[in-house]
Amino acid sequence: MIKRFLNLEWKQFFRSSHWQKNIAIKILMGLFGLYMVAMFLLMGTGMYFIIKKALPESDPFVVVTSFIFYWLLADLMMRFFLQKLPVMSVKPLLTLPIKRNQVVNYVLGKSATSFFNFLPLFAIIPFSIVLIRNDYDTSTVLIWALTLIIIVLINNFLNFIIESLSAKTSLSFLPIIAIAGSLFALNYFEIISFSSMISKGIMAITANPILLAVPVLILVGLYFYNFKILKESLYVDISVKNKVEEAKTTDLSWTNRFGSLAPFMQLDLKLIMRNKRSKSTLPLMAIGLLYGLFFYPQPVYRDMEFMFAFIGIFSTGFFLINFGQFIPAWDSGYYRMLMSQNFKYKQYLRSKFMLMGMSVVILFVLGIPYIYFGWKILLAHFAAAIYNIGVNSHVIMYGGSFNRKKINLDQKAAFNYQGTGAVQWLIGIPLMLIPMGIFGLTNWLAGFEIAVAVLIGMGLIGILFHQKLMDIITAKYIASKYKMIDAFSQEN
Amino acid sequence: MIQVKDISKTYAGTTVLTINDLDIPKGQSFGLVGNNGAGKTTFFNLLLDLIKPTTGRIESNRIQVDKSEDWKSFTGSFIDESFLIGYLTPEEYFYFIGDLRGQNKADVDAFVKQFDDIFNGEILGKKKYLRDLSKGNQKKAGIVAALIGNPEVVILDEPFANLDPTTQIRLKQMLKTLVDNKDITVLISSHDLGHVTEVCERIVVLDKGNVIKDIKTSEATLKELEAHFAL
Repeated sequence: MIKRFLNLEWKQFFRSSHWQKNIAIKILMGLFGLYMVAMFLLMGTGMYFIIKKALPESDPFVVVTSFIFYWLLADLMMRFFLQKLPVMSVKPLLTLPIKRNQVVNYVLGKSATSFFNFLPLFAIIPFSIVLIRNDYDTSTVLIWALTLIIIVLINNFLNFIIESLSAKTSLSFLPIIAIAGSLFALNYFEIISFSSMISKGIMAITANPILLAVPVLILVGLYFYNFKILKESLYVDISVKNKVEEAKTTDLSWTNRFGSLAPFMQLDLKLIMRNKRSKSTLPLMAIGLLYGLFFYPQPVYRDMEFMFAFIGIFSTGFFLINFGQFIPAWDSGYYRMLMSQNFKYKQYLRSKFMLMGMSVVILFVLGIPYIYFGWKILLAHFAAAIYNIGVNSHVIMYGGSFNRKKINLDQKAAFNYQGTGAVQWLIGIPLMLIPMGIFGLTNWLAGFEIAVAVLIGMGLIGILFHQKLMDIITAKYIASKYKMIDAFSQEN
Repeated sequence: MIQVKDISKTYAGTTVLTINDLDIPKGQSFGLVGNNGAGKTTFFNLLLDLIKPTTGRIESNRIQVDKSEDWKSFTGSFIDESFLIGYLTPEEYFYFIGDLRGQNKADVDAFVKQFDDIFNGEILGKKKYLRDLSKGNQKKAGIVAALIGNPEVVILDEPFANLDPTTQIRLKQMLKTLVDNKDITVLISSHDLGHVTEVCERIVVLDKGNVIKDIKTSEATLKELEAHFAL
């Protein structure tokens, strides 16, 4: 049976029409994965010697074990944002003679083979080898490594439980941040010292291997809890049919001042407010806006002026990047209808431009309090905002014409809790790194004021040639019209 | 109104539609029948410029549909549920389509009101999004939306499928009134030979992408079609 499921997925992957188009992103993800593997390998092999050198008195084995708590938290956070339960379209399988248990076991079992579970091995195994080479007791080290592997798997299944819980709330990512934050705080202020609890626990297991049963039992418990959640969601009325929610109407008549753009702007606003997929990115705006607070309170960063541009682009352009990268896929569900309607394509795209431009202005205004950290920061943010409106908005819309992936706004695949993956984060990189590079370079060569002027200048040029640029972008969209219609009418 | 010249559509070496010459005069009610894979939806997709013809051209009111977009202002269509915007209520959807066709809210309200008996109280004012309506009700909303803004060409793909018997009969009545208006050219495809012969004055049978019958509807048409498809 597992062979059949694997076969289905293989076909799903290779038979989806435009998978070749996404190969660049896959390569990029692969490189990112390799980078992570290299870092972990480096950590695994080098850690022993680094600790030996930095803290000659202490035992590297104990030091590493005492930090496992922090690693666990970081791992959980990373998983939450990047790892998804393997998706499988279950509806066609439900009426076939396949036991529900098999489907669930398969999905859960497959999740155990995730990259995120193998990654830690690249640190654990070399570190264990180094330990054994340095005359640590072989069986102790092996049990230690085994414990860590079990803990990795515990994290794997814990993550899915957290994801399924947070999928029920509208502020989907808040629970994980609250949980991780409070655990960290309790530990940091030594109210409850989880880090020493966990390291003592691991040490106890290495001293007395029978205690290994404890993490194993936790793992089994989590597996069965996941099993229960998933099995419940395997009924047509829960996983396949959406809950009927009462339609809410909002007064959007203020958009009428935009004339012929108004119908599309209203449509976009409703799209954002009424679909799970888009709604879940809204709370992230707060993070984008407050992003600067991770850096500016520390004097180190306040001297790194090139960072100002990066943070400015990120915090004023957060909506732009998140919304813009899925143009026109947001409308993929009814793209054929749009294409048979009487409107000018340029209007459709301009309404999206307007929306993104407005979001930049609003986010910039909300970010004015950053002036607390110095006028230079506000000035750099202002330049970044102009750059966002003038350059990034056009770039991201141009990029959208290569979009060939349908978005399911209202129908979530049965096990898909988040809808955002690593891909989404990677696309933002060129949009942020390029202005950061330009800003950093001119800042270094010619000074801060010139760097600000260059960003503003580039943004203004973009705004000045807006109509011209829109014509080019529109032509590109029209040229790929048939391809988009074809791709958007395919699932997966 | 609609001239089809040497049109063909080929996917990876397989030709799915070839129509050498087809002329649909203004005001005609045109029915398209054929088994699955006969090319009905392909033809409608070509008419709406949703796919690119491999050869030939289609002109609607002397406008070549894959060259200019001007045909959009007088063409209303409903192919399938993917023509609906799931997160809008039916009213909002009608207003949106109305907006694109230069109809204000009052126009749309007045227009939609005449379909009350088809809607059967299940569509308007229900505070439901289109995605939460049943397939049949979605179809009703889509068909009505296709008629907003006095289109001169109306294209409906399988309008009777998925509808309950009462609605099928009401929709048939509605389409009959529509085709009585000699300014509107109506194109319908259907698997229901009875309905389509009642509504349309001309029936074209497609088979494997070719026109094999072109009939002016008469008393005998239904019998003829049934005999044809019984083989």
